[in-house]
Amino acid sequence: MSIPISMTVNGQPVSGSVEPRTLLVEFLREQLHLTGTHVGCDTSQCGACVVIADGVSVKSCTALAVQCDGSQVTTIEGLANGATLHPMQQAFNDHHGLQCGFCTPGMVMSAVDLVTHAPNPTDEDIRKGLDGNLCRCTGYQNIVRAVKAGAEGMRTGMGG
Amino acid sequence: MNAPAKTVGTSVKRTEDARFLTGRGRYTDDINRPNQLHAAFVRSPHAHAALGEIDKPSAMDVPGVVAVFTGADMAADGVGGLPCGWQVIGKSGVPMKEPAHPPLAVGRVRHVGDTVAVVLADSRHAARDGAEALMIDYDPQPAVVHLADAGAAGAPQVHDEVDGNVCYDWEIGDQAATDEAFGKAAHVTRLELVNNRLIPNAIEPRAAVGEYDPADGSYTLTTTSQNPHVIRLLMCAFVLNLPEHKVRVVAPDVGGGFGSKIFHYAEEAVVTWAAAKVGRPIKWTAERSESFMTDCHGRDHVTTAELALDADGTFLGLRVKTLANMGAYLSTFASSVPTYLYATLLAGQYRTPAIHAEVKALFTHTTPVDAYRGAGRPEATYVLEKLVEKAARELKMDPAELRRKNFIQPDQFPYQTPVALAYDTGHYEASLDRALELSEYSSFAERRAASEAKGKLRGVGFSCYIEACGIAPSAVAGALGARAGLYEAAEVRFNPTGSVTVFTGSHSHGQGHETTFAQIVADRLGVPMANVEIVHGDTNRIPFGMGTYGSRSLAVGGSAIARAIDKIIDKGKKIAAHMLEAGEGDIEYKDGVFSVAGTDKSLTMGEIAFQAYVPHNFPHDKLEPGLDESAFYDPGNFTYPAGTYICEVEVDPETGHVHVDRFTAVDDFGTIINPMIVEGQVQGGIAQGLGQALLEGAVYSDDGQLVTGSYMDYAMPRAQHIPDYRFDFTCTPCTHNPLGAKGCGEAGAIGSPPAIINAIIDALGPLGVDDIPMPATPLAVWQAIQDAKGGTARAAE
Repeated sequence: MSIPISMTVNGQPVSGSVEPRTLLVEFLREQLHLTGTHVGCDTSQCGACVVIADGVSVKSCTALAVQCDGSQVTTIEGLANGATLHPMQQAFNDHHGLQCGFCTPGMVMSAVDLVTHAPNPTDEDIRKGLDGNLCRCTGYQNIVRAVKAGAEGMRTGMGG
Repeated sequence: MNAPAKTVGTSVKRTEDARFLTGRGRYTDDINRPNQLHAAFVRSPHAHAALGEIDKPSAMDVPGVVAVFTGADMAADGVGGLPCGWQVIGKSGVPMKEPAHPPLAVGRVRHVGDTVAVVLADSRHAARDGAEALMIDYDPQPAVVHLADAGAAGAPQVHDEVDGNVCYDWEIGDQAATDEAFGKAAHVTRLELVNNRLIPNAIEPRAAVGEYDPADGSYTLTTTSQNPHVIRLLMCAFVLNLPEHKVRVVAPDVGGGFGSKIFHYAEEAVVTWAAAKVGRPIKWTAERSESFMTDCHGRDHVTTAELALDADGTFLGLRVKTLANMGAYLSTFASSVPTYLYATLLAGQYRTPAIHAEVKALFTHTTPVDAYRGAGRPEATYVLEKLVEKAARELKMDPAELRRKNFIQPDQFPYQTPVALAYDTGHYEASLDRALELSEYSSFAERRAASEAKGKLRGVGFSCYIEACGIAPSAVAGALGARAGLYEAAEVRFNPTGSVTVFTGSHSHGQGHETTFAQIVADRLGVPMANVEIVHGDTNRIPFGMGTYGSRSLAVGGSAIARAIDKIIDKGKKIAAHMLEAGEGDIEYKDGVFSVAGTDKSLTMGEIAFQAYVPHNFPHDKLEPGLDESAFYDPGNFTYPAGTYICEVEVDPETGHVHVDRFTAVDDFGTIINPMIVEGQVQGGIAQGLGQALLEGAVYSDDGQLVTGSYMDYAMPRAQHIPDYRFDFTCTPCTHNPLGAKGCGEAGAIGSPPAIINAIIDALGPLGVDDIPMPATPLAVWQAIQDAKGGTARAAE
């Protein structure tokens, strides 16, 4: 059984037809070919798949595509403004907040969501706020620095 | 024209970040091929069972399933077993046992997750449905799981042909001299410890895409590998019996490795083989639960160690006996980890004159164990640095001063240790002194008192680690049993308009080679970094490569690039001499400019490159066109990064919770290309070491089920667990490679666990606790406190 769905992804209207069990991340990766959103686990723990749906961060491995019918979804591919990186993306580059890059899309989307809801986070707020995102490479210290700088950039509308 | 500003030694921002930050990274699971099938592997739910009938129709009946293959199908095609790349010769010249490791099990399964069959289907969901439907007859049998049981009389046998489950029983060092040292010791410190089994957990799960092109009989394997050429060699020569020139292995962006993606895994061979069988591309991506069960695990040692000292604390001798768990089969480099990467490091930073180590490697019904970040060296450091700290406590000496007293001194290099290695250079006291200063060790007592006032216990712990990196001189490795050479290859190619393409055998999966290697090339050739492209991870594009592991990329791979650059400059001098009508001996090269000595005649590197490709007036009998050079670099020795880590913890005696309050790392990596990236490597390494010390541990039930099989059960370090570190570097450049670099990838994971555990033991000392196991979870710490109180309180299970 296939179910037709449509949603807005990164500002573009999209539609498709999915099995009921299809996850949002599968729809994004396999049907829309937006492979920036990653899958790192099967228990909703690692956060590599985080996207923003209707204004809140969502682990897209834990949402069914059909649940997101009609939603506004932003993925890592939709964050930059043309060639200009979003302040959070720029801050991750400036502060070496990534190494292998695999957790990075989810980490950046979670950070954007964190700062959207807490514009001036402390280090502790950031460490707590990123509890749902695993990174095996960086040891997190530079991620914390990046998110702090990214928050500053988002407040001032500047790059990190 | 002025040459661009030098970049080596500066924190240039990473060029690879742009694609990763915008979702344009290209990982194996991002790749899809027209008409591809999806593979799902059927894995043993039993630790040990005889394999009976496999009822293929039960899976073939599932809609979308196209094929099911088993070990019998591969055997019928003459497919071989997964090989081990390092032969260890045990005591009395007995070679290690190498039982067969078929990619799909034949006759018997030997660990939970052992690969039994593959189901191919039109979609991932259909493949998974087919795998679930496949009926398999298992006859479960008793399993042996723990090291302590594996060597016992009557223990279940993992392989019929391996008596007592002993893979090898090996030794190194001078036993008689060591016994003599203990005979005259004024004090002997003894220690028993377990180095906990870890699961690497790169966040990208393993994945593979196999393709076969009947037009020319060629195969392409795209895989999550740290070393695609090694995979091609092993798969072609040992497993599938294919000609290497018909096989391309691509490792695109890889989401972390930490050792676990060095090895040649069954799934790589299966998707490649099956792609030809069914004539369609085949894609497989592991689920995380598969990663837990089938990525090679790390560590898993049980060790007893003794240190002999004279009355003033001088080390006289060291005796170590270790049991090492190999798991169910020998993985690619498994045999070398507890021997040549472990026992050879037991001298540490010290002048201990006599050392003897024995290592017995045992098979168990568990996932194979192989190299994981540090690979042998964390285990050695944990033994030695716990032992030294315990000796300091017993002798009531300051742990820093006991170490200082026994350090190899700067004027003693090169220093031949009693366990095979010859350290080329180092200055251990410099790192210790800087770490003492940076950690504010002199005011520790005040911080301890402040913690005490809050009802907390504060402790400080040290670790002065050494590691052998840049593996290795091929001749030495070969003499020790390596079945491969351990050099690296590079090609540096000027394009006609002056940009440079560099092909390196060192794969980058987080290390930032695309930036650091480009810094070296840009500086030495006088071209802007933006005009340098670093290419890696494709056997069809790169001349050859031994890959990325053992912190060897810069020291070995970078040195190969430096050698190729030297050849480019030599060729450039020939071209300049011709163009400037001067003798080749009169041409000087500096910062991208060739000039005739004592004149104002010169040509830039860009002009030389252009002439090389537009050689209208070259004397072709004397001067070849083109500017493209390659080099193979085989190092003269290992490199020996070393440093001092100091950890301060605060323990809550009521809950057993350990808070890492302060962590200081001072490392000597020799010459540093990019401090930002090096700090990042250390930060990540320490996080993994902290994970081992406080959080992580693979747990098997007695019947061989992996209890910690998901992120719900296996505690990964998260942002909240990690403190801000204090860093600095000292520098004694490596004496035998052209960059002076030693390697930095593993130090953090090697040096940190003993510093953390020593700090906890120091904190709990006033309560009478004298040891703590890893991981030092709140439960383990709380229990140790209760035990020391002599009470009978037990935590509820």
